[in-house]
Amino acid sequence: MNLNYWSWDTFFDALPVILQGLGITIGLTFASYLFALIFGFLWTFLRRIPNRFVHFIVTWTMEFIRSTPPLVQLFFIYYALPVIPYIGISLHPFACAVLGLGIHFSTYIGEIYRSGIENVDKGQWEASTALNISTWDKWRKIILPQAIPPTIPMLGNYFIIMFKEVPLASTIGVAGIMLLARSYGAENWSYLEPLTIVGIIFLVLSYPSAVLIKKLENRFNKRFHKNQIMKDKGAMQ
Amino acid sequence: MKEVLTISAIFEIAPQLWRGVQITVSILIASALFAYAMSFIAGLCRLSNNFLLRKLTGFYVELFRGTSLIVQLFWLYYAVPMLFGINLGSNWWIGVIAIGLNYGAYLSEVVRSSILSVSQGQYEAATALNMSSFQRMRFIIFPQAVRMMLPEFGNYTIQILKGTSLVSLIGLTDILYYGDVMRSTSLSLSPLIYLTALIFYFILALPLIFLTRKAEKIAKKGAAS
Repeated sequence: MNLNYWSWDTFFDALPVILQGLGITIGLTFASYLFALIFGFLWTFLRRIPNRFVHFIVTWTMEFIRSTPPLVQLFFIYYALPVIPYIGISLHPFACAVLGLGIHFSTYIGEIYRSGIENVDKGQWEASTALNISTWDKWRKIILPQAIPPTIPMLGNYFIIMFKEVPLASTIGVAGIMLLARSYGAENWSYLEPLTIVGIIFLVLSYPSAVLIKKLENRFNKRFHKNQIMKDKGAMQ
Repeated sequence: MKEVLTISAIFEIAPQLWRGVQITVSILIASALFAYAMSFIAGLCRLSNNFLLRKLTGFYVELFRGTSLIVQLFWLYYAVPMLFGINLGSNWWIGVIAIGLNYGAYLSEVVRSSILSVSQGQYEAATALNMSSFQRMRFIIFPQAVRMMLPEFGNYTIQILKGTSLVSLIGLTDILYYGDVMRSTSLSLSPLIYLTALIFYFILALPLIFLTRKAEKIAKKGAAS
């Protein structure tokens, strides 16, 4: 191992430069996560349309978005969207990244919502029908308040996963920590320290949040485990 | 503008992108195998009785799970040759090592949690039958745990396929690389170029999607039947 290449001078020179991009990186994470949370609902409800053809189209569109690389999707939105005739619009790189990452992860989020909704007891649906509650109120007051809270730890995990995908946006020119590190590296001919800083920033931010989510998960499991036991008992009788 | 609408342009684009399929598939296979190997090594090491081994693999797993693939790829590409003075061979190897180490860390958690979720009674029964700890793992625990791992291995293999697109950033000539080359010469074709690239990736993912669904069925059935 040759530590001669490591220079603390470069490290402390690059650190403030790279930290300038931290706001963009975190902002992009929140923006695209919010987009995915909202868009995920759209997938969930589209999949519930009781029409075989629509169901088929929606399911395979989700599968297509989910199993193709987000990097290619970003390039599509950044390079290809503006030149599509009639509907083409040119967006700021940040907006492209929100759209690209948001749509990609909304397919995952949609699946999480679905699992939450499917776990709501069948009796709740029947009861709301029996009580003549309108569809809107049924979803808003009965189903969703029971379906969403148990999925919160899973949704939290996706927040961390998205945070780690955000540096992909550096390839289309979003000036987050990754892009600043690479341009610093190119200017000063030293990639070692700036890239190490980026790695440390990611580690410092994502590891504690992962631990926090794990704790949250344990707490939620305890809380919802009780309901589950009662449900199982009900099923047995 | 009219050029964009001609679907026949796809017949021009597809052969160009096809040249990159070989690199994408070779990286997919090599890094998937590497990730599987790493996952079993790290997953079993984290369950070992040796304190040092457990902590070291724990460090590896958290390090690679805590930073993103693109950071690791660039770090291996730019920093490792500088820091250690070693040449990792070629960019192809850098891509394989980065993707393999990254997803190996994720998969090791799958291996670990599957082995831990085999019921305690199975361990006790194997011990009661006077099996050695190796026999117990080899004949009792492992066959049951592997079934539970299969769906997640399928899912992560799709993730690895998606991850291979990053190697175009370090100059490897994969599908996306040829797409970018074409786009830089004919920007008006770019919607079709990237759409074709996405379809290429999706066709590669299809067998993995069906294998994953099959794996889910196998996992549900359990070892008994």
